[in-house]
Amino acid sequence: MAFGSFGGDVVAVEQPRRSSRAALWLLLPGVVYLAATYLAPLVSLVITSLKTPDLVNFDIGRYLYAFDVQNYVHVFTQYGAIIARSFGYSAMATVFALLISYPLAYFIGVTLRKYPLWQALALILVIAPFFMSFLLRTLAWKAIFADEGPVIHFLQSLSILGPNAHLNGTPTMVIFGLTYNYIPFMALPIYTSLERLDLRLLEAGSDLYANPISTFFRVTVPLSLPGVVSGTLLVFIPATGDYINASPQFLGSTQTAMVGNVISDTYFNLLDYPSSAALSIILMVLILIPVSVYLALTKTEDLL
Amino acid sequence: MAGAFDDSGADLELVGITKRFPGFTAIENLNLTIPAGSFFALLGPSGCGKTTTLRLVAGLETPTAGRILIGGKDVTDSPPHQRPVNTVFQSYALFPHMTVLRNVAFGLSRRGIQDALGRAHEALRLVELDHLAGRRPSQLSGGQQQRVALARAIVNRPALLLLDEPLGALDLKLRRQMQLELKTIQDEVGLTFLHVTHDQEEAMTMADTVAVMNKGRIEQMGAPEELYELPKTSFVANFLGQSNLFTGQVVSSSALSIVVSAAGTTLEVPRERAERHAGTVTIGVRPEKLTLLVEKPAPAAGTNVLGPGIVSDVSFSGVSTQYLVEVPGAGTITVFAQNMVFGPVVNRGSEVWVSWAVGHGFGLGDDQEAELRFTPDDDTQSIATQRRAALEAELEA
Amino acid sequence: MTMQEAAVLGRVEESRSAGRPRGPRRNWGVVVYSILILAILLIPIVYTIVFSFNIPARTNSTWRGFSVDNWINIFADPRVVAAFGTSILVGVTATLVAAALGTAIAIALVRFRFRFRTGLTVLLFLPMATPEVVLGSGLGSQLLNLGIDTGLPTIIVAHIMFCISFVVITVRARVASLDPAIEEAGRDLYASPAQVWWRITFPMLLPGIVAAGLLSFALSFDDFIITAFVSGSAETFPKYIYTAAVRAIPAQANVFASIIFLLAIILVVVQQVNAGARRRRYAREG
Repeated sequence: MAFGSFGGDVVAVEQPRRSSRAALWLLLPGVVYLAATYLAPLVSLVITSLKTPDLVNFDIGRYLYAFDVQNYVHVFTQYGAIIARSFGYSAMATVFALLISYPLAYFIGVTLRKYPLWQALALILVIAPFFMSFLLRTLAWKAIFADEGPVIHFLQSLSILGPNAHLNGTPTMVIFGLTYNYIPFMALPIYTSLERLDLRLLEAGSDLYANPISTFFRVTVPLSLPGVVSGTLLVFIPATGDYINASPQFLGSTQTAMVGNVISDTYFNLLDYPSSAALSIILMVLILIPVSVYLALTKTEDLL
Repeated sequence: MAGAFDDSGADLELVGITKRFPGFTAIENLNLTIPAGSFFALLGPSGCGKTTTLRLVAGLETPTAGRILIGGKDVTDSPPHQRPVNTVFQSYALFPHMTVLRNVAFGLSRRGIQDALGRAHEALRLVELDHLAGRRPSQLSGGQQQRVALARAIVNRPALLLLDEPLGALDLKLRRQMQLELKTIQDEVGLTFLHVTHDQEEAMTMADTVAVMNKGRIEQMGAPEELYELPKTSFVANFLGQSNLFTGQVVSSSALSIVVSAAGTTLEVPRERAERHAGTVTIGVRPEKLTLLVEKPAPAAGTNVLGPGIVSDVSFSGVSTQYLVEVPGAGTITVFAQNMVFGPVVNRGSEVWVSWAVGHGFGLGDDQEAELRFTPDDDTQSIATQRRAALEAELEA
Repeated sequence: MTMQEAAVLGRVEESRSAGRPRGPRRNWGVVVYSILILAILLIPIVYTIVFSFNIPARTNSTWRGFSVDNWINIFADPRVVAAFGTSILVGVTATLVAAALGTAIAIALVRFRFRFRTGLTVLLFLPMATPEVVLGSGLGSQLLNLGIDTGLPTIIVAHIMFCISFVVITVRARVASLDPAIEEAGRDLYASPAQVWWRITFPMLLPGIVAAGLLSFALSFDDFIITAFVSGSAETFPKYIYTAAVRAIPAQANVFASIIFLLAIILVVVQQVNAGARRRRYAREG
């Protein structure tokens, strides 16, 4: 469900299922490919995360195969705060994205239903950011919120911000960037759910003495829950691992580093591959735990 | 086969065909010969194996055991595209991405036949749809799609044309029209038709030979009148029209008839109309052969009488009226009476006797069953569903 | 487009519903609010396109005035052109391979029964649920452990990997809506198995495969995070922007991004118009 809820109502036809060698030949290339390029790298990460520096022939970026659990202890003590910050930023961005996207999705899926042309246009506007380079979009915000940019000047003229105020490099800006970048991921699945909502149910709700507010919370919201679940996952997972928004080159600063920044820094700058790998494994596990709990709670089993 | 048309239909011979799907047997040792040029109907309830039989002939399934011969040639191991057989599918299965014309010409082009498009136009003229040749199937009505499916099959002049409940999706009026059209086309092109249906009326009006199939085997085969007048099993007696059945011991028999003790009296059946002549037998009579009497008749030779009974239900259906009569010891008897007079002959609660001429009775070869042996659906899709369930069970085990 | 964007786009367009009863009373608050949000969503896009028309200078961070020079001298910066070319090459190659592998899996998933079905579903789902930085550092570590040099081929290998799952979801819906009887009709009408595939199955799956291909291309074209770990010295368009962001991004980058954006929007609009026409036709003919 989660990722497939964008599906649309394709009418599935009952299919004869055969058990055959042909299935093997169809599956084999793709599965082998994924095993080699997805599963094997995960194993590689585990192996790398347990490597130890070569103390005899010491060289930066040179490590020996070992079983060095110290790497995990090291990254936890060293970067524990950053890991926590990543989840904090990501959770906040997810909540903001949900609060912002729900009314928008409702507007497109329900209010605009009577006007197909406007509905199509609004949908195109929601997906439009997908087609503009992610990096350029984020750089555009950086320019707009720059110290000598229009927003700061405006806010300073209203005396909301002091003369030496910054926006870029602050946690607010990073969360803003994450929220902005992931709003469409939240809005589209919710839209898909609301679009399928039978408006007669709302009429039935008011017929059964529910006022508009309780109809909304007792009928509309529960029926759009699959979309909310999908949207939440689609925002939370990538936002936690994101390192563009939080990077000093974009909307963040060294004080806003997220786990993705650390993974990339330890990998590219320190060539500390074991730490980078250990952080990746930790990130993956820490994401899979809440995601599984969330899926179990919302009883959404069909992931695809 | 390629490149040549068959001038006439060919015999179809099924020899000892068995088809097992994981978990259930669809067909058990089926032997069947369909003579060239005939219009043969396989009639049966859902789940009887008729669609599987058709798919075996088309080559879309492989038999577990047995041989399939078309025109004397063994095609058991030939893939579908190498068999001189074409099918009109239940769902029509028109190619949605091709025009009507391309659909009809498809088979001809695959076989490399010259002037495929010209012949396709010809076939479309036969089903009176040539003016829609440029349309897509989705732009046609159900009846038109059905005719395109038919044209797409017959344009290949197959030795054998398979019809998989092709009229099932049509409304009654269109259905009658198509039945007539099919029959006309068969007369014109002289192909062998194998028609699978669960609609007894359709089978009886169209086919010259009907085989009633149940639970993977053929119960009885013959001309429609023959099947109706002289059913040999309780399944046929009940599936093809309605029957009143009585089971009892044979108490006496002569060269001409047997007498059975049943329903609290003795009933006589002509010997040549009975399958079994001793022991426990089930005899029957069609509801329209029965006469309702308001007074106990004098015993007469050549007549069976049951009664007295109480009329429990009267339902008027235009041409005839159906009476249900509760006769102690005989159960509920159904009587169809022509509406010769205005209003019912008798009313609910009346005491009546029921009689029929001995010559109208029949004796079955098996014992009466409590109810019809209906099992779930048997169209192409349900077979797939059943098979999936079976496979799933197998995998989970 | 990033990976998650592709996940969202997957099949959104087909879920549009037909006429239903009168909706709830219009809430002007929601209308105004939504228009505002849509406007905010567009700000960075408009900004990027507007700055592609800036008067050329060493940097493109301040507005100096309108000019079409950057569009005329689109090939002025060889590094931008090379990076753009690399991204197109990677996108096309990865899309073709992923489309082939993914379509085969989609067909097998719908049409065949096999063991480890659940396992396969999880395997297909996981790459989409894994943060890109993990996918990237994983592939990077593996290449490092195996001593394989990173470069253009490894970028393509990585992009194929994250495209496959999206192809599978998109094409699978299409396969599931295909009536098997139609292919049986083909076999019945003298088409060999190869002819059935090329003349019937493939054309009927094509819209789904094309949609999956566009999706794959879009997400390959915009990927930066995974590419960073496996690209070595090769430079894709996003990688170029990332590197150049430290100094100054030439306006030509905005021009290329705008071109891709406009092409994609045109494609989406055409598709919407077609779908609308199709819906109207079905509505008319019942």
